Amino acid sequence: MREFFHSVTLDRDKCKGCINCIKRCPTEAIRVRDGKAVISPERCIDCGECIRICPHHAKQPIVDPLSVMDTFEYTIALPAPSLYAQFNNLEDTDIVLSALCDIGFDEVYEVARAAELVSEATRRYLTRPDVQKPVISSACPAVSRLIRVRFPGLVDHVLPFVAPVELAARLAKEEAVRVTGLAPEQIGTIFISPCPAKVTAMRMPLGSDKSWIDAVVAIKDIYPPLLHAMKKAKPRALADSGRIGIGWAESGGEAAGLISTERYLAADGIENVIKVLEDLEDEKLGELEFVELAACAGGCVGGVLTVENPYIAKAKLKRLRRYLPVSRNHLGTTLPSEVLWDQPMEYQPVLELGADATESFARYNEMQKLLDALPGLDCGSCGAPTCQALAEDIVKGEADFEDCVVLMRERMENVLKVLKIDKPGWGLARKGTPAEEEPEEDLPHDD
Amino acid sequence: MASESEPICLHYEVPGNDFTRAGEASADLKARLKALGFPSAAVRRAAIALYEGEINLAIHAHGGHINVSVTPQRIDMLLWDEGPGIADIPLAMSEGYSTAPDEVRSLGFGAGMGLPNMKKYTDEFELTSTVGVGTRIAMAVYVS
Ligand SMILES: Nc1ncnc2c1ncn2[C@@H]1O[C@H](COP(=O)(O)OP(=O)(O)OP(=O)(O)O)[C@@H](O)[C@H]1O
Ligand code: SF4
Ligand code: SF4
Ligand SMILES: [Mg+2]
Repeated sequence: MREFFHSVTLDRDKCKGCINCIKRCPTEAIRVRDGKAVISPERCIDCGECIRICPHHAKQPIVDPLSVMDTFEYTIALPAPSLYAQFNNLEDTDIVLSALCDIGFDEVYEVARAAELVSEATRRYLTRPDVQKPVISSACPAVSRLIRVRFPGLVDHVLPFVAPVELAARLAKEEAVRVTGLAPEQIGTIFISPCPAKVTAMRMPLGSDKSWIDAVVAIKDIYPPLLHAMKKAKPRALADSGRIGIGWAESGGEAAGLISTERYLAADGIENVIKVLEDLEDEKLGELEFVELAACAGGCVGGVLTVENPYIAKAKLKRLRRYLPVSRNHLGTTLPSEVLWDQPMEYQPVLELGADATESFARYNEMQKLLDALPGLDCGSCGAPTCQALAEDIVKGEADFEDCVVLMRERMENVLKVLKIDKPGWGLARKGTPAEEEPEEDLPHDD
Repeated sequence: MASESEPICLHYEVPGNDFTRAGEASADLKARLKALGFPSAAVRRAAIALYEGEINLAIHAHGGHINVSVTPQRIDMLLWDEGPGIADIPLAMSEGYSTAPDEVRSLGFGAGMGLPNMKKYTDEFELTSTVGVGTRIAMAVYVS
C-alpha cells in the first residue's frame, strides 16, 4: 500500500480538543488524543467537513501559495468552473481568464473545456452494453475515496475516467511542451481549486500512478489579487467552454451534460451522498443510468476553498450561463486514452474490525461486552465520536477502557463514597469527624 | 479456525406501519456485516432480503420480530409475526402479486416483488403461515 497523503493538517496550538470535528467526520477518522485532534490517514477521505466545522480554525487545508508560480519557467492556470461563480454580474469569462494572465500566468486552460470532453466521453460510455449501471461519477475525489473504503459493492460502478482537471492538466501540458519546446518539468500546471480533496487527488491520484497537476492554489487565496486584476483587465478572447463545462461547478451539472438520459440522480452534501450510496448498494433506487455525487453542499461551488456562499454562487452561475453556447469542446471519433484510468480502483477494507473472519468475530464479541459496560451516551469526552467507536478502538488496542470519562467519574465517586467523602472538594473526612454527620443521600431533601 | 467462532446473534423488533423506521434492521445488519469483513455480495444479498422482509412485517403484519444469527459461513434470518397470515402461499410468492393498499403503493412499495426477491437473493427460504395466527419466514445466505 502506498503511503497516505492528506490535504488537511492540524495547527496544534489552535486545537482546543473540543471534539466538534470528531462528531462530524463521516468516516469517524478523527480522535482527540492527549487533548488534540488526530486524523487516521487510512480513513480520511478529504471531504473537508472538519475544516468547515472547527470553530478554532485549527484544521488547515494544505494548498500551494500563489508564489508557487515562480518555481516554473512557464505556467498554465487551470481555473475550476466554480471560480466563475465567485464574482458579481459576470457575463463573460474572458475577463477572469485575462486577469489570470495579467497576474502572471503564461497561459490559461479552462477545466470546463476538459469537462465537456469528459461529458461527451461519458455519454458514449453509457451506451456500451457491458457497463455496470448505474454509473457513478468519479469527479469528486472525496466521494470516490468514500466508495473505496466503505462501498466495495459499488467500486465497479465508478466511471473509470480521470477528473476534468486531470485531463485539462495533461492536454494543456502536452500542448505547451510542443509549442514552447520546454521540458515537461519546466512547465507548471496550476489548478485554481475549490477544494482540498483535489490536492490529495494530485498527490495520490485514483486510477493512475501519476498526476499531471503540478500545484493547487485555493480559490480563496487567488481571489483578492484576481479581483484587483479584473478591475483593470482588458478582456481578450480566451474563453473556450460552454454551458455544459461550466455547469460542472454545481451539483447536477455533470448529469445535465449527459443530455442522453433523464434517468439520473444528483445528490450533494456528504450525509446525502452516504444515504444514496447505501440505497444504491441495496438496489433500492430502481433503474438509473447515472449517479452524480458531490461531497460538498451545492456541489463544487460549496468547496471549502471557495469564497462565495454555494447557493449565491449557483445563482451567479445561472446568470453567466445564459450567455453561453451549449458546448465548445468535442471528441474525435475515438475515445482518447488520456480520459481513461490506467489502473482500476480497488476496495480498501480499512473500516473492517479485523484482518480475517476469526479476528473480526472475536473483536466483535469483545466489543459487545464493552458496549454493555459503557454508558451509551456518545458524549465524545473520551476522544472517540461514539461509545461504539471507543469500544472498537479498545479492541484494536488503540484506546483504554479507562478513557471513558463518565465511567471514571462514577468509579471516582464510588471510591470517595467508600472513603466517606460525599463530594470531591470537601476535603478528607474520616470517621468521627463532623462530615460524617451530614446526610448521606444522593438527593437533597426538603426539611 | 474460523468455524469455531461464536455466532453473533441479533434481534430486532419491527413496528407496524412506521415508514420512517422501515429499513432500520437491514441497515444495522449491513453495517455489522461490513465491519466483520463479509464479502460484499453476501452482505448485499442479506441486506436486500432482510429489507424486503422487514417492510412486509411493517406493511402486511402490523409489525413483527427478527432474529439473525451470523457465523463466518452463513447468515440466518428468522422473521415472524402475529399478523393476518397468508392464505395462498404460492400466489403470494408469485411475481407481481400484491395486496398492498394504495397509500402504501404511493410510497413506492407494492410491486409484488418482495417475497420473490427474498427467495431469489437467499440460499435457503422457507415460508410458513396460518391465517389468523401469523407468518414465519426462515432464510439463509451462504457466505463465499
Ligand atoms: N408477513 C406477512 N403477513 C401477511 N401477508 C403478507 C406478509 N408478507 C407478504 N404478505 C402478502 O404477500 C403479498 C406479496 O408480498 P410481496 O412482498 O411479494 O409484495 P408486496 O409487499 O405487496 O410488494 P413489494 O414487496 O414489491 O413492495 C403481499 O401483498 C401480502 O398480501
Ligand atoms: S474541532 Fe477538532 S481540530 Fe478544531 S479545535 Fe475542536 S478538536 Fe481541535
Ligand atoms: S464536491 Fe467538489 S469541492 Fe467538494 S470535495 Fe467534492 S470535488 Fe471537492
Ligand atoms: Mg413486500
